[in-house]
Amino acid sequence: MPLWLEVLIKSVILLFVVVTSFAYAMLAERKILGWMQLRPGPNRVGPWGLLQPAADAAKLMLKEDLTPETADPLLYKLAPFISLLTAFSVYAIIPFGASASGQTWAIGNVNAGILLILAIGSLGVYGICLGGWASGSKYPLLGSVRSTAQMISYELAMSLSFVGVLILAGTTSLDGIVNAQARWWFVLPQFVGCMIYVITAVAETNRAPFDLVEAETELVAGFHTEYSGLRFGLFFIAEYVNMLTVSCIATLLFFGGWNAPLHLTFIPGVAWFVIKVACFMFFYMWLRATLPRLRYDRLMAFGWKILLPLATLNLVVTAIVVAYTG
Amino acid sequence: MIAFWVLAAMLIASAVWTIVAKKPVYSVVALLLNFATLAVLYVTLSAEFLAVIQIIVYSGAILVLFVFVIALLGSGVAPFPTGPNRLPKIWLPAGLFTLAAFGFLIYAVSNVKMAAAPATGAVGNANVFGSVADFGKALFTVQLLPFEATGLVLMVAVIGVITLGGEQMSDAEAQQSRMRADRAVREAILREGKG
Repeated sequence: MPLWLEVLIKSVILLFVVVTSFAYAMLAERKILGWMQLRPGPNRVGPWGLLQPAADAAKLMLKEDLTPETADPLLYKLAPFISLLTAFSVYAIIPFGASASGQTWAIGNVNAGILLILAIGSLGVYGICLGGWASGSKYPLLGSVRSTAQMISYELAMSLSFVGVLILAGTTSLDGIVNAQARWWFVLPQFVGCMIYVITAVAETNRAPFDLVEAETELVAGFHTEYSGLRFGLFFIAEYVNMLTVSCIATLLFFGGWNAPLHLTFIPGVAWFVIKVACFMFFYMWLRATLPRLRYDRLMAFGWKILLPLATLNLVVTAIVVAYTG
Repeated sequence: MIAFWVLAAMLIASAVWTIVAKKPVYSVVALLLNFATLAVLYVTLSAEFLAVIQIIVYSGAILVLFVFVIALLGSGVAPFPTGPNRLPKIWLPAGLFTLAAFGFLIYAVSNVKMAAAPATGAVGNANVFGSVADFGKALFTVQLLPFEATGLVLMVAVIGVITLGGEQMSDAEAQQSRMRADRAVREAILREGKG
């Protein structure tokens, strides 16, 4: 099979899987939020509301796609696609499992995997900040300025929390990092790093309690106030796919990837991977239902004055320990 | 080789777009395209680490700050007013200088003794030329002095920024009183109806 055909088939399958997981992650979030607030959640379309994503998709596609008069037409139309592109392209290098012979299940397996994920993730902010700016109205502009500041601040601590894992694993490739966790998951030696990553990941995906970017009590809907119809839908997909991505990364870096816990190897590795990712997704929904939104200046102070020094300290301590114990 | 020409054409086109774009935001988008193309070019030259760092540092951090500043300064979407056209006076010296620099570059490249090209494995593998490990080793052994010197220069720049811009931070009391005065002025304007 030629390489391009293999990549094409893998991409199509993966795209289908990711989009389906997005649809049901969205439904799951609404259900879980509903149960946590003692209400049933969506339950009208299909059995237990299982066809709700299809109804939502149909609604978004049929809605009118408005462009404000003050908007910059080209960037306004381009921005949702930037968000979506960066959200999906990460999946080109995320490995989901390994066969018995050690072959990794991923579209591409690059040596600088984790750095490439950081690189693609750092481009994700453009969709939000260009979209908010190009809307030509005040709430989106405020939302996008906030998101830019927030994402830059939290990206630093996030990258530093990765470096501890890289030092322990001695490689930047994602399957190498997972293989290094065959005995101990890195959440144990890198507990501080893991906590920092989980917190910064919430900020990077603009989810509650760090969803200042779209704080509806102050900014209407933040950067996507002016968007409607399918273009809003694209931002929406990008947000959930990003949630999936950060859950995948947390699983790969800190929770052993497809390694089975407690020698429960009769369940295949891919299933473990999916279970771990699902646990993270639930955790993020739980956070949203539980925690109130931070005030903006506290958010920035928390990022710069607590997370960043803590991440640096974690890095230095890890480096010293690894240097002395070899 | 085809990849090189396509990338080179895209690089130059996006660089030109960066300069000629009327709206500053389009310049940023063009520059973003330029950096991304440059990163791909690095990959074809088996400089994997450099490509990734190019994206993380330039596209992911520095350009985002450009967007930030533009979003804060130019609130409207209107282009900047065009200044006086200075091109007629400058094109001859600029052209001569460019040609001279280009000639010097060609002379230098054609005269330099090419070291044997390092054996390259496939890009994206561990421990080949330009990989993360290779880059790191070079950075912390042969290139350690320039690396540390660059770090020192950046440190000086950071301290400079804090000294220049951090005045208000150290003087919280004065800032408070300034804010109170501002507020009083604004309230007075509100009472009087206009400034």
